[in-house]
Amino acid sequence: MTTGTKEIPTPTVRRGLLATAWRELKRAPISAWFGLAVVFAYVFVGVFAPWVAPYGEAEIVGAQYQAWGGQHVFGTDQLGRDMLSRLVFGARNTIGIAFLTTALSFLIGGIIGMIAAIVGGWLDQVLARLVDVLMAIPQLVFALVLLSIFGTSVVNLILIIAVLDSTRVFRLARAVAMNVVVLDFVEAAKLQGENILWIATREVLPNILPPMVAEFGLRFCFVFLTISALSFLGLGIQPPTADWGSMVRENATLISYGDITPLLPAGAIALLTVGVNFVVDWFLHKTSGLKDGH
Amino acid sequence: MHPIVRTLLQRVSLSVATLLAVSVIIFLMIEALPGNFASAILGQSATPERVAAFERQIGLDRPPVERYVVWLGNLLQGDFGNSLASAGSPVGHERTVMSLVGPRLKNTMFLAGLVAVVAVPISLALGLLAALYRNGIFDRLVNLTTLTSISVPEFFIAYILMLFFAVRLPWFHSLATVNTDTELLERVARCTLPALTLVLVIVAHMMRMTRASIINLLASPYVETARLKGLSPARVIVHHALPNAWAPIVNVIAVNLAYLVVGVVVVEVVFVYPGVGQLMVDSVSARDIPVVQACALVFAIAYIGLNLIADLVAIITNPRLLRPR
Amino acid sequence: MYDLDRMKGMAAKGKVSRRDFVQFALALGLSVTAAETMFVKAARSEPKRGGFLRIGGAHGSTTDTLDPSNYLDTYSQSVFGGYMSNSLTFINHKGEWEPDLAESLEPSDDAAQWVVRLRKGVTFHDGKDFTSEDVIATTNFIRGEESKSPVKSTLESVVEVKADGPHTVIFKMSAGNADFPYVLSDLLYCMLPSRDGVADWQSGVRTGAFILENFEPGVTCKQKRNPNYHWEGRPYFDEVESLVLTDVVARTNALTTGDIHYMNRCDLKTLNLLERTQGVVVSELTGFGHLTLPMLTTVAPFDDVNVRRALKHAINRQDIVDKIFFGHATPGNDNPIPPPPSVKYATVPEPIHVYDPDKAKFYLKEAGLSSLKVDLSMADAAFAGAVDTGVLIREHAAACGIDVNVVREPNDGYWDNVWLKKPWSASYWSGRPTVDWMFTQAYLGGVAWNETRWTNARFDELVNGARAELDDAKRGTMYAEAQQILHDDGGQVVLVFRNFVDAHSDTLAHNEVAVNWEIDGLKLAERWWFA
Repeated sequence: MTTGTKEIPTPTVRRGLLATAWRELKRAPISAWFGLAVVFAYVFVGVFAPWVAPYGEAEIVGAQYQAWGGQHVFGTDQLGRDMLSRLVFGARNTIGIAFLTTALSFLIGGIIGMIAAIVGGWLDQVLARLVDVLMAIPQLVFALVLLSIFGTSVVNLILIIAVLDSTRVFRLARAVAMNVVVLDFVEAAKLQGENILWIATREVLPNILPPMVAEFGLRFCFVFLTISALSFLGLGIQPPTADWGSMVRENATLISYGDITPLLPAGAIALLTVGVNFVVDWFLHKTSGLKDGH
Repeated sequence: MHPIVRTLLQRVSLSVATLLAVSVIIFLMIEALPGNFASAILGQSATPERVAAFERQIGLDRPPVERYVVWLGNLLQGDFGNSLASAGSPVGHERTVMSLVGPRLKNTMFLAGLVAVVAVPISLALGLLAALYRNGIFDRLVNLTTLTSISVPEFFIAYILMLFFAVRLPWFHSLATVNTDTELLERVARCTLPALTLVLVIVAHMMRMTRASIINLLASPYVETARLKGLSPARVIVHHALPNAWAPIVNVIAVNLAYLVVGVVVVEVVFVYPGVGQLMVDSVSARDIPVVQACALVFAIAYIGLNLIADLVAIITNPRLLRPR
Repeated sequence: MYDLDRMKGMAAKGKVSRRDFVQFALALGLSVTAAETMFVKAARSEPKRGGFLRIGGAHGSTTDTLDPSNYLDTYSQSVFGGYMSNSLTFINHKGEWEPDLAESLEPSDDAAQWVVRLRKGVTFHDGKDFTSEDVIATTNFIRGEESKSPVKSTLESVVEVKADGPHTVIFKMSAGNADFPYVLSDLLYCMLPSRDGVADWQSGVRTGAFILENFEPGVTCKQKRNPNYHWEGRPYFDEVESLVLTDVVARTNALTTGDIHYMNRCDLKTLNLLERTQGVVVSELTGFGHLTLPMLTTVAPFDDVNVRRALKHAINRQDIVDKIFFGHATPGNDNPIPPPPSVKYATVPEPIHVYDPDKAKFYLKEAGLSSLKVDLSMADAAFAGAVDTGVLIREHAAACGIDVNVVREPNDGYWDNVWLKKPWSASYWSGRPTVDWMFTQAYLGGVAWNETRWTNARFDELVNGARAELDDAKRGTMYAEAQQILHDDGGQVVLVFRNFVDAHSDTLAHNEVAVNWEIDGLKLAERWWFA
């Protein structure tokens, strides 16, 4: 479901998916390889977290703030939990939640945005107005209040941020799709009486894919950061669940004294988002190249 | 009537409806939150007796619909009302919402303006250059730097900047506390670090969107034609690609400017900058509905206004949208 | 004597406590009196006038007002209650009351009537004389029908306040209260000027050391010296600005970069690093504030005293002190009165409740249970670190055969929906300056803030009897028994007494600090000076 937006073959490609992917990969620059390696490493660590981590997620295994090395590679945190294990479980929680949220928001926002652009008229107006109302309320405050009303569970967090974030996706999808739907081939398809979903996926989507994919990479980072900002303000992912955002926050005071422990989860976030965006860049480059033959 | 004027009129009247809808949503949300102003502010010491006395004073004992209608009626006469915190104040000593929001709005606009003046030209220039020299060293370097700067949480950038430029090297202030008497230069000096943090955060987004849109357009047939005519790459980008890339670029600038006004709570918290965002968060937790409403309206107006501009630009730059069938 | 000189130097900078200094001097063979005198001499540099003090406070909000009913945290309490205003009495550094705006206080034999003589020649900031009319207006403001003041319940026993001339006020009470002067020390009972018999809080005109200049709620408050202050020589600073700096990292950086001179509520995790910072002095005070885990004694299984005892022994308080408070707290002993020397009549009931899985299992068996499963409702709204505390307690109790299920409650609305409602939750008390005050407000049967719903006839009899007792020895015995009963039988787990850890620039100097509240009894700006 979630990869649907990415893997729909463009009309010119008729070969098997795997063969195409391999062909593209062989031509990919080092940065893309690096990005893919990072993403796969994170996904692996996240999926197999219980086997990778030396200790449990919330298990208290030693004294507080033990130094690096020995039994605890990155030392222990403020309660004596193993920092490395927290990081590993943090990968699972943080990436999982951020990815689900972003994917959901693209599914909602992307589809509705394209439909609004294609159908136009009053539907477009109503949707645009609705989104305007929702977007006119600051996202962070909106999320904060909604989380207070519905409670701070992970499911609520994902749903609330996905819905709020989908308004941003909607706007972009609609804006870029509007440029496409005035093109002749879309109008031709409309005149042929093709159904909306067909036009959206076959005619519009391939043409708005590059900016949308670029946006996916960025929005993924933004969701990450929104969640950590919520943790910063006291909502968001709740302890004892390990989450990189709140781990940075919990240890932020150490920075003032030159201790780099809080840099670890922040670095983990940074490395992943950089990796994701390398892949996105490569994809962007690839699709713009493919379109030469359009 | 010219289509642009008609669109503009349509949009403005729609905006008023949007604002109304926002105020209803905000009101309903605050009502849906557990507790009210009295119990929120009294906390543990909220005995039923004290809460009741409080509620009577602020009029919270009246039904919600009545309170909303009264609030709206006053607003239409230009009166934002009083903060609930001034409950029990003698006449003439109430704390008006405007006296709370006014100075903070000025602060917020000042910071947003400062950041925009720096960030928008930088990101446009970087985006154009990155597109021009795409896949070169420059492109990669800019990409990597901007990527890293948006990849870490805002408060982390803020703390790092604070550590290096306020604690280690005492160049700037670690606190951005300003008040109504602060002079302009002093204000700029105090806002340097928060502004820098925000610049780092938004430049990446704007620059990448500019680059992506232009690269996307470079593959279009008419740009190809221009290139085949032998025009220089810079000329192709500035004269042929850029005019058609304005829609997504302006859209992204509008979103980011709106973000500067409404979304900087975290930076305000870290640098203790008295902006509207922090006021709104504080007022939500205190359930101070009139203040929350005023903040929400301020944000909504900023947001709607900026997006209206973005949409107008999109229409103006796309001739097909300008002359609909 | 080189080391003694060094100690003296440290005392002058406020880096060593009186107790440590005296112990050190005793080890060198000095007498206690000599050591005391030496400490006072060393620590007390002559106060100097001048300077602009900037304080960064951990509290403060946009809803703060000048209304004393609204002084809900240490920001408004210090800035408006402490620096700008005075009460009739105040609490000194030994925890005893002394007259402030009053000159003397005299009880009747049954302590049910108090004659308060006011200090003469005191003026408000606008030049108006301070008289008995102001005391009456202020008292009626607090006792009034529409009053939101937390002091209202404390003054419930006052049946009449009347003036006897411009400088004498007589308080009549329905029952004797030997601790009445302590009640008058409350900063929320600060004296307001009377305008035609109505107390005026809104103008901010008070009697205190500083005059209000500029107040921006939730941001800052600036005050300047009151040239006509009734305390001879005080205050020393020309101006003071109190900033609201709720983010601890911002506060710490502001102090280390010299933007502020004083901060409260340091970050405990990194305190050892702050102590090493040049030009910064860290000070610590064991206050009266305590964190509790009240069990509703009306709800099973907490209605069984053996279950309560089992749980009291199933919690490793020292571990919580070490891990949650990094050593900056004192383990509680299920007595809300801090261990002596603190409040008068404080005792340490035996046996001291420490972590003991065998005893916990023993009491569990006494209750006829082989295992126990209870819910513990926690939220950081109760106190910072409550949820982590729950995680630790779960581990401690598991070794005693007790399964503690930590329920994470939302911070929002915690005091509304969880506290006093869920069978076992977390709570915080800032403590009271007298045993009576604490017990009357939170432990007598049937009072609103009795958070365990615990009732004990003997306890109530002792507390009510002791209140009107003017004989010190008798009173002491009664309070000792009451504390013992509460410790053995009550539903309250007093987890820890929290230390107030503050830090300030070494350019500041001071005398001995008050023990009742942080920020030097909330009156720092009036009492400190630039060395």
